[in-house]
Amino acid sequence: MIEVRNINKSFDDQQILHDISVGFEQGKTNLIIGKSGSGKTVLLKCIVGLLGVDSGDIFYSGQCFTTMGNKKKKQMRQKFGMLFQGAALFDSLSVEENVRFKLDMFTTMSNAEKKERVNFCLTRVNLEGKNKLYPSELSGGMKKRVAIARAIVLNPRYLFCDEPNSGLDPQTAIMIDKLIKDITDDFNMTTIVNTHDLNSVMEIGEKVVFIHEGRKWWEGINKEVFDTQNRELNDFVFATRLVKQIRNTDESR
Amino acid sequence: MTLLHHIGRYTLLIKRAFARPEKHSIYYSRLIREMEVLGINSTGIVAIISFFMGAVITIQTAYNTESPLLPTYLIGLAARDSILLEFSSTIVALILAGKVGSNIASEIGTMRITEQIDALEIMGVNSAGYLILPKIIALMIFAPFLSVLSMMIGIFGGWIAGTAVGVVTTPDYIYGIQYAFIPYYITYSLIKSVVFAFIITTVSSYHGYFTRGGALEVGRSSTMAVVHSSVVILLFNLILTQLLLS
Ligand SMILES: Nc1ncnc2c1ncn2[C@@H]1O[C@H](COP(=O)(O)OP(=O)(O)OP(=O)(O)O)[C@@H](O)[C@H]1O
Ligand SMILES: [Mg+2]
Repeated sequence: MIEVRNINKSFDDQQILHDISVGFEQGKTNLIIGKSGSGKTVLLKCIVGLLGVDSGDIFYSGQCFTTMGNKKKKQMRQKFGMLFQGAALFDSLSVEENVRFKLDMFTTMSNAEKKERVNFCLTRVNLEGKNKLYPSELSGGMKKRVAIARAIVLNPRYLFCDEPNSGLDPQTAIMIDKLIKDITDDFNMTTIVNTHDLNSVMEIGEKVVFIHEGRKWWEGINKEVFDTQNRELNDFVFATRLVKQIRNTDESR
Repeated sequence: MTLLHHIGRYTLLIKRAFARPEKHSIYYSRLIREMEVLGINSTGIVAIISFFMGAVITIQTAYNTESPLLPTYLIGLAARDSILLEFSSTIVALILAGKVGSNIASEIGTMRITEQIDALEIMGVNSAGYLILPKIIALMIFAPFLSVLSMMIGIFGGWIAGTAVGVVTTPDYIYGIQYAFIPYYITYSLIKSVVFAFIITTVSSYHGYFTRGGALEVGRSSTMAVVHSSVVILLFNLILTQLLLS
């Protein structure tokens, strides 16, 4: 359970987040949706503490993260897994070394155990056998998948994904969504996913938070997203012709 | 931003870099890698520059002291002392500031703008320690070797050039480089090279670490790293000379 209470965030004199309060539930995939530039990435970075907040607090399972000492924060972060919007793989390390990084840093596993774990994670993102490649040799989507493998290698208690399936083909995107959902269920994690993919919303949105211009505009579950009377959310959801057609056929039925 | 702000932020960063490593074996393997990247890969340029500088210093000394009253072995002596006192520590440090400094700042700066540093932090790794500490230690260990290498090659270059041009004979040159030799000059030079290594790695890491923006800013950080390292080296050269030679 992650609780965000009244956070505000500005850069210079431009306020990006306005008084956001929201709870993210354990064992569920919590989605943050919103237009490009609405503040999703900034919100996620505030939640994990990469950006400091101007005011407000963030609680992890009841513990206040914002006022936590550095040492405790570091320990807490070892339970985090995070996927960045741009993947953020370590350029100087191969795919295998990237995924193995946390195992090397924080465990006393043997080499064989590490290798097995790395291969297991790579298989889950459909990248078996790519161990020796370097990030510069991967496509954008492959980088994303390696980053997911790296994020889940130590079975995090909290998983944060910033647009896990942007830049992926629909099939792979669905696979990644399913993977995120599965590991969330398997390990009872608290997962937060930033996305503007409606397919993800339908597939895995057990809780959906809609951010509009830095404010929490709407909160609910995936089924409700399409029935809401909220105008901004409606504009967001029914932006494409395809979704409009689906709605129209639904209504005419 | 004020100078004070930079110094404060720099001090905090370096303090963080010296925090207890999460795992010693990983830092150790990074140290070995950095010794190769920062140290071994710089031997070539240090060797070439030292050879030619030694040659030029010798020939210039020879032409400036062309007098029947001065014995030619003074050429060897003067060349030796210039090389030991200034060239192999300060000038080599300035060269390293250009090569190693820009390398460090652009590497760390790129990691900053592509969120790799954030990725380290989010894993619970002390990014300052992991990225910067091995570089500091590696260059501080390696700089004295580069310095000694530079002395030897510089003096060798002086001999080759001096004899080739015919301004000094081999016996005179060898007598000169041994004449009134003060071993402390070598110690002095090595102490300086270690201090300069610390300056180059920390100042450049600082510029890389606090890069904001994109590729353009990485380039700017890398330039600032070279400029600031060089200025600080020259400043400390003055301070150390006064402290160590007075
Ligand atoms: N480091 C920063 N400094 C200044 N402004 C920033 C910074 N990071 C983000 N912003 C601003 O904050 C706003 C929200 O950005 P954010 O990256 O959170 O959008 P987003 O919802 O993640 O968009 P997208 O879907 O395109 O990733 C933008 O207007 C952006 O210009
Ligand atoms: Mg974003």
